[in-house]
Amino acid sequence: MTQTANKSPNPLSLKERMKVPRQAMLEQPPLLRAANFKEVNLGYSEELAKQEALRCLECAKPACVNDCPVGVKVKEFVQLIVAGDYMGAAAKIREDNVLPAITGRVCPQEDHCEGGCLMGKKVQPLGIGYLERFVADYEQRHMDLRNVKRASPSGKKVAIVGSGPSGLTAAGDLVQKGHEVRVFEALHELGGVLVYGIPEFRLPKQIIREQIDYLRAMGVQFETNVVVGKTVTISELMEEEGFDAVFIGTGAGAPQFMGIPGEHLNGVYSANEFLTRINLMHAYEFPKYDEPMVDFRGKDVAVIGGGNTALDAIRSALRLGARKAYVLYRRSEAEMPARAEEVKHAQQEGIEFHMLTAPTEFLSEGNGWLSAARCIRMGLGEPDASGRRRPVPVEGSEFDLALAVAVIAIGTSANPLIQSTTPGLETNKRNYIQADPMTQRTSRKGVFAGGDIVTGSATVILAMGAGRRAAKSINDYLTSGVW
Amino acid sequence: MFQILSADFLAPGIKRFVIQAPRIARKQKPGQFVILRLYEQGERIPITIEQSDGQRGTINLVVQALGKTTHLLDSLQAGDKLLDVVGPLGKPSEIKQFGTVVVIGGGVGTAMAYPTAAALKSAGNRVISIVGARSKELVILEHEMREVSDALMITTDDGTYADKGFVTDKLRQLIENGTRIDLVLAIGPIPMMRAVAEMTRKEGIRTIVSLNPIMIDGTGMCGGCRVLVDGKSQFACVDGPEFDAHQIDFGVLVQRNAMYRPAEQKSMEDFQRERESLLERIHGATAAECVLPGGGR
Repeated sequence: MTQTANKSPNPLSLKERMKVPRQAMLEQPPLLRAANFKEVNLGYSEELAKQEALRCLECAKPACVNDCPVGVKVKEFVQLIVAGDYMGAAAKIREDNVLPAITGRVCPQEDHCEGGCLMGKKVQPLGIGYLERFVADYEQRHMDLRNVKRASPSGKKVAIVGSGPSGLTAAGDLVQKGHEVRVFEALHELGGVLVYGIPEFRLPKQIIREQIDYLRAMGVQFETNVVVGKTVTISELMEEEGFDAVFIGTGAGAPQFMGIPGEHLNGVYSANEFLTRINLMHAYEFPKYDEPMVDFRGKDVAVIGGGNTALDAIRSALRLGARKAYVLYRRSEAEMPARAEEVKHAQQEGIEFHMLTAPTEFLSEGNGWLSAARCIRMGLGEPDASGRRRPVPVEGSEFDLALAVAVIAIGTSANPLIQSTTPGLETNKRNYIQADPMTQRTSRKGVFAGGDIVTGSATVILAMGAGRRAAKSINDYLTSGVW
Repeated sequence: MFQILSADFLAPGIKRFVIQAPRIARKQKPGQFVILRLYEQGERIPITIEQSDGQRGTINLVVQALGKTTHLLDSLQAGDKLLDVVGPLGKPSEIKQFGTVVVIGGGVGTAMAYPTAAALKSAGNRVISIVGARSKELVILEHEMREVSDALMITTDDGTYADKGFVTDKLRQLIENGTRIDLVLAIGPIPMMRAVAEMTRKEGIRTIVSLNPIMIDGTGMCGGCRVLVDGKSQFACVDGPEFDAHQIDFGVLVQRNAMYRPAEQKSMEDFQRERESLLERIHGATAAECVLPGGGR
């Protein structure tokens, strides 16, 4: 018996725990799922979850908690699973994370909780993401929103601009402090990038709706169809609508194009447009939904880029019937920023990865439609500012790749709508909003910002971390009155 | 949801809606537009705001039935509700004293040209308006345009009303008569705007047109509405919708607008069959909302 096992519900010794293999996630078989938009991962059963939870070593100083941008008490919730108290586990996660069913699905766990897991040093890390998802889904099936507690009112009002991960997180934390919280969303659906960016097969819309319904039950108010900067300004929210503080979590927003010839051809999309059509507008369900999409059946499609967005786009194209689906990435696989599980899933589904390859021109046969991409091979040179080796074109290596559709997923830049309509709001040279990395405070009194509009494109969980920090300092500001 | 307070045909297939939308009404400036969606499975389409009343909290939209969504919209009446209306989007028209401005409205484009014409007039410009339509019954807002113009000329393609011919015939006359023109604003079908641009380019007359490419979010997020202006990519939703006509690549605009034509045709065919059930769905949603007041989405 070890010292931790004494007070732990876990009957296994540490040695025994090391011998339990990591429980595999149930998933749709690759060939089947490549033809539908249903979720790839099917979740843990109760038995699998219990078995996996038994593997936790209950470290005295758990790296998993430290490495979580929102500080989920992993060790504690996992022990509640071992004890069979799943609702208790859910409540434990909710102390730090108001979107557990979402993070359980889309977090790059290998970079955070699972990355530092002691178990991973010897064997495979604890399946923390899978366990979080199990708990969140269990909670969803068994909870009653009428029992959600509401905090007593503080008399302060906070406006949240944008209903993506940072905004929802800030809203959830602030409403629990009794503040009146109203979230403004530009689109007709709530969820921001979770809704327009991440496809159904990775994060079902129903899950997002349920998580938002929970926030609503906590008292968060939502108003769709409000483009802050156009429909109303930050100044108007504060001076005319009586908001004591504002959190800006609008995301990076604006798509980057490559600036190469042929980008205006029909069949060339930004990843934002491509994914928005499919996810927000349900173009994959045309004609049941009105929004159309190019007919992909029997056509060759490529995405340019190596992030999660790129993989989301190309896997969607595959599901729409593409014959060949390529990822063109100018660096090598080691530098790909995509989540490990997504790369694995994409490979299983038959996506072809062309590393060290970049288009230099989009070609047409004269009818206005894309017919091919002229590509060049890259070599890797010295490390660049990002620490990754800089891709360098290999002279004379050009070749043409026949394509009907190309999706550009090379990142985003700052959407200037709010910056240009909010006097006194300082931005950096790339026009992202300047915010203190610890407090998320901007240069304007009462205004806080976080997520991609501050950092540039990052991940859901990093945005949520910013939302949490902002909520804490907004609460400090509202209770102390000190800026 | 956004209630329709009144809906009246201005011409066959062209309807004017007065819609309760207080936030938008308070902020709208000439040249701006909204994006609307009619039902859960519906698409988002941009429509220019004809005018608004900040006090009453209403905006006016003039809509011509062209595709599925606009046909459906034209079937709606006072009391119905629009599921989503977001705006005002786009940059407002540049309003200042230019001198003499020729405002050209082609077809339903007249409704979009009207608020800018009115604002230009108020700013002290001499406004000469040219309104064109295919035939007599499609001439809209004649009275309104006359009120804000120092001179108004009307053309119909078939000669059933006023002068037979095109708006460019009138513009050519003005130029040939030696009228000093400081600015031309032309809003209408792409071939009309293109023809105006070609005519004024030779004369070196600054010309502004309002573009209506395919759009989704309308906030600069997707880039679907990108147009080539002076060889550079611009987003009509946030950098426009008005651009210098002499710098626009109209060929690319026409090509990109045709991107979904087969799908649009299918939608339209399906719509002819499903019109009644779709209308019922919209009326049903309106009724359901009445039962649950305050049930904000």
